[in-house]
Amino acid sequence: MKSVASIWSMGSRRRLLHLAIAVMFIAMVTSSALFFRSTPSAAQAPNSCIECHSGLPEERLSKPTQLFDHDIHKVRGLSCVDCHGGDATQADKLAAKAASRGYIGKPSPMQIPAFCGKCHSDAALMKKFNPSLRVDQVQEYDTSVHGRRLKEGDKNVATCVSCHGIHGIREPDDPQSGVFALNVAETCAQCHANPEHMQGYQIPHDQFEKYKMSVHAKALYEKRDLSAPTCNDCHGNHGAVPPGLASVANVCGQCHGRQAELFQKSPHKEPFDRMQSGECIRCHNNHDILPPTDQMAGVGEGSVCTSCHTNDAGFASAQRIGQGLANLQSNIHRAEEILDRAERAGMEVSRPKFELRDAADGLTQARVLVHTVSAEEVEGALAPALDVATKSYSAGEAAFAELSYRRKGLVVSLVFILFLALLVYLKIRQIESEPDEAEA
Amino acid sequence: MIKGDAVREWLDQRLGLNMAIAIAEHKEVPRHKHSVWYYFGGMTLFLFMVQVVTGILLLLYYRPNAENAFESVQFIVTEVEFGWLIRSVHSWSANLLILALFIHMFSVYFMSAYRAPREMTWVTGVLLLFLSIGFGFSGYLLPWNELAFFATKVGTDIAGDLPVIGHFTLRFLRGGDDVTGATLTRFFGFHVAVLPALTTAVLGMHLYLVQLHGMSVPPSFENVEVKKMKFLPNFLLRDVIGWILAIGVLAALAAIFPWELGQKADPFAPAPAGIKPEWYFLFMFQTLKYLPAKVLFIDGELLGILVFTIGGLLLFLVPFLNKTPGHGRRKTVFQVFGVVVVVFMVVMTIVGYLT
Repeated sequence: MKSVASIWSMGSRRRLLHLAIAVMFIAMVTSSALFFRSTPSAAQAPNSCIECHSGLPEERLSKPTQLFDHDIHKVRGLSCVDCHGGDATQADKLAAKAASRGYIGKPSPMQIPAFCGKCHSDAALMKKFNPSLRVDQVQEYDTSVHGRRLKEGDKNVATCVSCHGIHGIREPDDPQSGVFALNVAETCAQCHANPEHMQGYQIPHDQFEKYKMSVHAKALYEKRDLSAPTCNDCHGNHGAVPPGLASVANVCGQCHGRQAELFQKSPHKEPFDRMQSGECIRCHNNHDILPPTDQMAGVGEGSVCTSCHTNDAGFASAQRIGQGLANLQSNIHRAEEILDRAERAGMEVSRPKFELRDAADGLTQARVLVHTVSAEEVEGALAPALDVATKSYSAGEAAFAELSYRRKGLVVSLVFILFLALLVYLKIRQIESEPDEAEA
Repeated sequence: MIKGDAVREWLDQRLGLNMAIAIAEHKEVPRHKHSVWYYFGGMTLFLFMVQVVTGILLLLYYRPNAENAFESVQFIVTEVEFGWLIRSVHSWSANLLILALFIHMFSVYFMSAYRAPREMTWVTGVLLLFLSIGFGFSGYLLPWNELAFFATKVGTDIAGDLPVIGHFTLRFLRGGDDVTGATLTRFFGFHVAVLPALTTAVLGMHLYLVQLHGMSVPPSFENVEVKKMKFLPNFLLRDVIGWILAIGVLAALAAIFPWELGQKADPFAPAPAGIKPEWYFLFMFQTLKYLPAKVLFIDGELLGILVFTIGGLLLFLVPFLNKTPGHGRRKTVFQVFGVVVVVFMVVMTIVGYLT
């Protein structure tokens, strides 16, 4: 039989062995962690550009190192030398920036499109980073007003970096990017709303102020509808040019297809182009495009037709169209009002209310057909809608007639009911007035 | 023998008519200062009959599936002659029935009318209360409108929180995991077949027991001479006055405040704000809203549901828990408890409406 001491000593030895294994394991894990930490990764390879520039007192030279931290190029694994050339492994400034090591330095504005295009126009190279990205930006830029002027030697025009930034370049769908849909107008406005900058170009600088009043800006900024048009949707982005006066309808037609199609076939197309009046913008303006009103199509206040038509067939058409739209609008409003009142009175009018939507659809259709400038076409769409609105109004009237009938019926019924109750009451009194009947 | 007597004789031989008439003629109702509460049982029964008649009329046009239910109710209230009246009376009468039932139950409770030998009358009465609430819950969904859809979703969700049987109950009620057309068909089945059959049986039992034991006298009148009124015709004629006036109230409510139909249910639409159950569930719904997420280690909502479930079960047991209802400390305890419950229900219902 083993003594207690020997059992204890065996237990102690086992415990010591376990402790030794545990210490060795911890030591291995710790040392391996330290080993891997001390091995420089590719991202943390020595970069003398960053090391040197981050310590420079001049913000102009140090700031790029901070901005570059969030740059899409850094995210994709690129470094300073991939754009600027040179050798970042050299600690010596002259060696790092030696021309023999391909150092380019800061490109001039004239060089920037080619500088960016070195990679962005190389389809084979771009596929490695983003296969879906287009590679014709520089080509497009060359066709833009900016690109053409740059080639003529104008260094004030926008180049790639004016919109995309320099070192803090973000993807276009990044809300902090200057070319994110919500930021585009402000980015363009940096130059185009600056009178000093725009001096000499003989174009206005109030586009941004006007745009902010437009129905498009309301959709973009208030409803946060990122599909609402901003500068680049009409002017293009890399190939930015003002649309030609005869092709405005094509630009607007990207979204307002039906209206553009009707306009192209309308009698307005030929004279508008002849007069160089800018198709759609003749009536709707360009940057300050306000929500269209039915009054615009008539001959009264707010009419755009009367600026050309005074006492001709066009005036008569406009008058018919304006009256037709106003008439339907007022009939829909009248029907809505009576149906709402009937509903508040507790009547079931959901069906005529639903049907009234057809009238509203008809009104929308008629408003689109205004672009044909044909009173017959517009009236063709207005007639069935007017019929629906009239029927809905009649349904509202019927609901009130029914309500009145119910209330009269109720009064008659209540009189009868109370009379009946009175008769029963009198019967009880009669029974209980007889001796030995009231109580048992 | 004149012709009327011959018919009566013929019926008596086959149905025991004379015996039934004799029982009715001998039936008496005590007259005291609390006699007014006796009328609420008859009122509840009358409103139930209104429900049966209007319900059958609605069945002529109602189509119990998700595609047509709303449209069929819409058709009833807009196209069918007096359909609006029948539908509104059915809805208003359902609510007045529950109200009359609550008044009847609490009057019986406070007058201790459940005491021996009327324990089973109380138990069948409580069963009728739950059956009526079942009618209300199942009927609420049938128009398949937005409010009903989401209220049923919330209501069945609460049932689904019950421990052990919760998930089964939820799936049983909904006919699946979600409120769908299957739920509507199922609720229709409960509303027009299962619940009426059960109610007919339990109501028959309840009425039989009322006849068997007669009207209870409050304990304070037990040892004094109480005047009595013949049931036929004196009490019945008074009942009839109440029923006639109830018809007037229902007609006025239907004509002045027609029951809303709302929007058709859209299972993919977000729940509209301010979803509330029917008023008789509101005190429970509001209480669950006030309970904290955790009470000690139990989920707050679950605790609330358990308390209400236990409360419902205790309601059945009232006559057995309070064996000497007319006297002593126990009487006071039960009376105070009853007042607290009524005040709680009323306050929480009002708060539920105002918030």
